[in-house]
Amino acid sequence: MSVEIRAEGLGVRYGDVRVWEGIDLVIDEPGLVAILGPNGVGKSTFMYTINKLLVPTEGRVTLDGRDVQEMDYREIARLVAYVPQASNEAFSMTVMDTVLMGRYPHSGYSTTDEDLRIAADCMRMIGITDLAMRDFDELSAGQHQRVMIARGMAQEPQVLMLDEPTSNLDIYHQLHVMKMLRDIARERGIVILVICHDLNAASRYADRLILFSDGAIRADGAAEEVMTSENILDVYRVRADIVAVDGRPYAIFHGKEDPPADASDGVKAEEPVAGPMEGPR
Amino acid sequence: MSRIDRGNAIRTLKGRLRLTGRHLHGSREGMTATDAVVADYKSYRHAKSLFLLGFLVLFVVMVAVDLGVGNYSISFLDVYTILIEKIYGWFAGVLNLIPGVSIATDLGWIAGMPNGQISESVVWDQRMPRILAAIIVGVGLAVAGAAMQSMLKNPLADPYTTGISSGAAFGATIAITLGIYIIPGDAGIIVNAFVFGMIPALVILALSRFRRPSPAMMILAGTSLMYIFNALQQFFMLVTDPNSSQQVLAWTTGSITSVVWSDIPLMLVLVALGMVAIQFLSRTLNAMNSGDAYAKSLGIDVDRFRIIVLLLVSLIAAGIVSFTGIIGFVGLVAPHIARIFIGSDNRYLVPASALLGAVLMLFADVVAHQIVSFDLPIGIVTSVIGGPVFLFLILRQKKEVW
Repeated sequence: MSVEIRAEGLGVRYGDVRVWEGIDLVIDEPGLVAILGPNGVGKSTFMYTINKLLVPTEGRVTLDGRDVQEMDYREIARLVAYVPQASNEAFSMTVMDTVLMGRYPHSGYSTTDEDLRIAADCMRMIGITDLAMRDFDELSAGQHQRVMIARGMAQEPQVLMLDEPTSNLDIYHQLHVMKMLRDIARERGIVILVICHDLNAASRYADRLILFSDGAIRADGAAEEVMTSENILDVYRVRADIVAVDGRPYAIFHGKEDPPADASDGVKAEEPVAGPMEGPR
Repeated sequence: MSRIDRGNAIRTLKGRLRLTGRHLHGSREGMTATDAVVADYKSYRHAKSLFLLGFLVLFVVMVAVDLGVGNYSISFLDVYTILIEKIYGWFAGVLNLIPGVSIATDLGWIAGMPNGQISESVVWDQRMPRILAAIIVGVGLAVAGAAMQSMLKNPLADPYTTGISSGAAFGATIAITLGIYIIPGDAGIIVNAFVFGMIPALVILALSRFRRPSPAMMILAGTSLMYIFNALQQFFMLVTDPNSSQQVLAWTTGSITSVVWSDIPLMLVLVALGMVAIQFLSRTLNAMNSGDAYAKSLGIDVDRFRIIVLLLVSLIAAGIVSFTGIIGFVGLVAPHIARIFIGSDNRYLVPASALLGAVLMLFADVVAHQIVSFDLPIGIVTSVIGGPVFLFLILRQKKEVW
């Protein structure tokens, strides 16, 4: 049984800027959960509240009934793994060493053969076995992303959170990664949260879609409920026709509509970066 | 060297490492892909251990070179003979403390050597304290440098460039010249050095907590603190004794010639304590290298960890600077050389930096004694070697990092 993630009256502000407030949400079914929404709507921020990278301004997040703010980082790390959006290594190690970092919350000072086997298995699943002994900073952005996903998987979490894991990948690898994440979620009975901008990939592979829009959750449920022309127009201000491909809703986008008159307060331009967490650098 | 050239150079080296390692494991026939990766990685680890062994050999050779050269030159063989007999004698002495045990503390090798007594006195009484000081300083600064570079994600960081050494030197100076002690007694000098070394450390802590500084900004802040502390230190030394400019120079450039046998135990204990603790934390240092957010998601209390490492670095700096003054750049250069050979995994990098730091200091000591007829402060030599490396590192900084 997977860990139950529960948000109660959750709200975050960066200084005077309200990201969202009053979020109530329960994620207790294993599966791939896609977190959708425009830039700057607080999707990453939502993840930060789950693994204590951020202290929410109001409300709380619980894992199996325990407030994450009262858990220590190591306890959380054994349940929740996080794959950041961009790599941020100052001194690069080999790919194998990098993936092995995912084992840190579980192992002591030294690396066991079990750790090595798990890391190598994760690399095989994501197709980077041939990169194992390469230096991390010799690799391309797409390869970095796959290494970081393998590192997150090596942590063997109950909840795996990935922040735009497919942003640098080609179409083949985008689909491969999304399908693989769904299969892992189902096989291992874990929750995988993925922030994603590709609505059609989310629709095809995710078991549940959560659509954030300015200050709130706009829609939450199966692809058929979330992927509607109205939702897409309201949230993204883009007109789309929904057709069915392989039995799943598929959005075909029209050219960009002229922005409505009140666009300025509809979508924030930039993700807020102030606050005690580390932003992309 | 461009980034690509460097990448190729490292790749070639890695290839060699793998080949070296693969011989140890024999055939790879019939392995699954997973097994092959695991085997490759183990070979790579073995190769790194071999490099560590190589550094150890280099270190042992450098000890003999440094002990042998000087006005009264002594051969390699004689140096090792004296060292072995001395160490044997020490062990035998310890064993003799057990009731009923009685072993001769003398192998008779030195007595059988021509001019044995003179050589023994030169090696053990005159040169050994200085050589031990060089080793302790090299090990301590290099380990502190490696820890700071990983923790701060900053290739330019070491106790010298961040001002911690200067803060410690200032603390020691006001204890020696003005008699201002935080706690009285001989240990007071070191406590002073530790407390004042913590001032730049706190600045670093505050910067990384609230400002997310670039590597350059952090080093510039450290350099300004260095100027302030160095100026104050020189001021207080000259005010108390206007004729002390010679000592002022020795303090600000760093010298190991004044270290005597009785200084060694305290230096050794402080540096060994710091080194063992940092080795123990080396895996956490690896995680810090990927950024605060990711380190936290691996279960590390980042803010607490930073404080612990900076305390250890200040402890090491205090233990060194109180006896030798400020010796620059060893802590910066040694980890970078070590990284070329064994990569950035701190579990290997920390001991490799320690050995290379000691080798660098011994080398600098040989140079300091060969160039001129008097005792050149060793800090001058390390700065001449380390300054250009520092400049190279600044120029090589990736654009995004600034």
